[in-house]
Amino acid sequence: MTRVVEKQTLFRWLLVALLSLLAVGLGYAVLSLPTQTPGLSDFVTENIETSGARNPVTAVLLNFRGYDTLLEMGVLLLALLGVWSLSSAPEQSEASPGPVLDMLSRLLVPLLILVAGYLLWVGARAPGGAFQAGAVLGAAGVLLLLVGWRPGARFSGLPLRITLVMGLGAFVAVGLVLILVGRRLLEYPPPFAAALILLIEAAATLSIGITLAALFLGGRPEERPQR
Amino acid sequence: MSHVFLYALVGVGLFTLGLYTLIVCAHLLRKILAINVMGSGVFLLLVALGGRTPGAIPDPVPHAMVITGIVVAVSATALALALMLRVRAETGRPRLPEERLK
Repeated sequence: MTRVVEKQTLFRWLLVALLSLLAVGLGYAVLSLPTQTPGLSDFVTENIETSGARNPVTAVLLNFRGYDTLLEMGVLLLALLGVWSLSSAPEQSEASPGPVLDMLSRLLVPLLILVAGYLLWVGARAPGGAFQAGAVLGAAGVLLLLVGWRPGARFSGLPLRITLVMGLGAFVAVGLVLILVGRRLLEYPPPFAAALILLIEAAATLSIGITLAALFLGGRPEERPQR
Repeated sequence: MSHVFLYALVGVGLFTLGLYTLIVCAHLLRKILAINVMGSGVFLLLVALGGRTPGAIPDPVPHAMVITGIVVAVSATALALALMLRVRAETGRPRLPEERLK
């Protein structure tokens, strides 16, 4: 028994030594980087006029590297598919959430939805955008789930699934239409760029928010049995 | 300018700390949290290094990558937690079956 304990202590110290070495190496690599570099910010500043968004982060997310964001919506959907295939949603507990949480959710959820809409709109020119708005919407969903609200069986079938794939769907649809009119995937024509970005962001916000809340539910929601 | 490297080094520290916990702890919840700490370290590093531009405006590309990364990390964590719950339901313990130390 003591041999095993000794072995474990030895292993831990060896690990600490190795990881310290790794940290020193990484730190050295970080410190040896140039202290000043424009990176890609010059490219972004030069092309931001044609991107359809005045906020550089939104311009990068939805235009210059829109491909990343498109695939990321796919990742979100895959994660949800994984969770849904593992289990169905746990039984709803009968415990009452208590008056504070109950009141708070009534006050906060409308406010959170409003904030999500604001973040989505302001994302074109200031910090904000689909992800932030989606996260706030997801928080509203989590709050509702915490106080015991569950989507009715009517909504947890097709309507829920349509909302979940809407973000990815809008992205892919815009990409395909642009290919059909002879441009490259997600190469927005500058006059329509702002409108297209807002369209994709609105769909993505809803999808992200609902996906996050559905992930919190921890399983496939119950559906009404087929009749 | 030194702020950038301070934050970047903290990011490196978080990454290493997370890696240690990931290796040492057997409990799956701790492993998931450790991976999240590691991810936060990487995000901190990326955002910090994006601040090395000569002007006042930081490089937006790493920032956009971090936003993407955060959402992916959240969804991956949710999937990992669901897997952990499934492992616990199947084996009764929230950890992977161990090979005996010889």
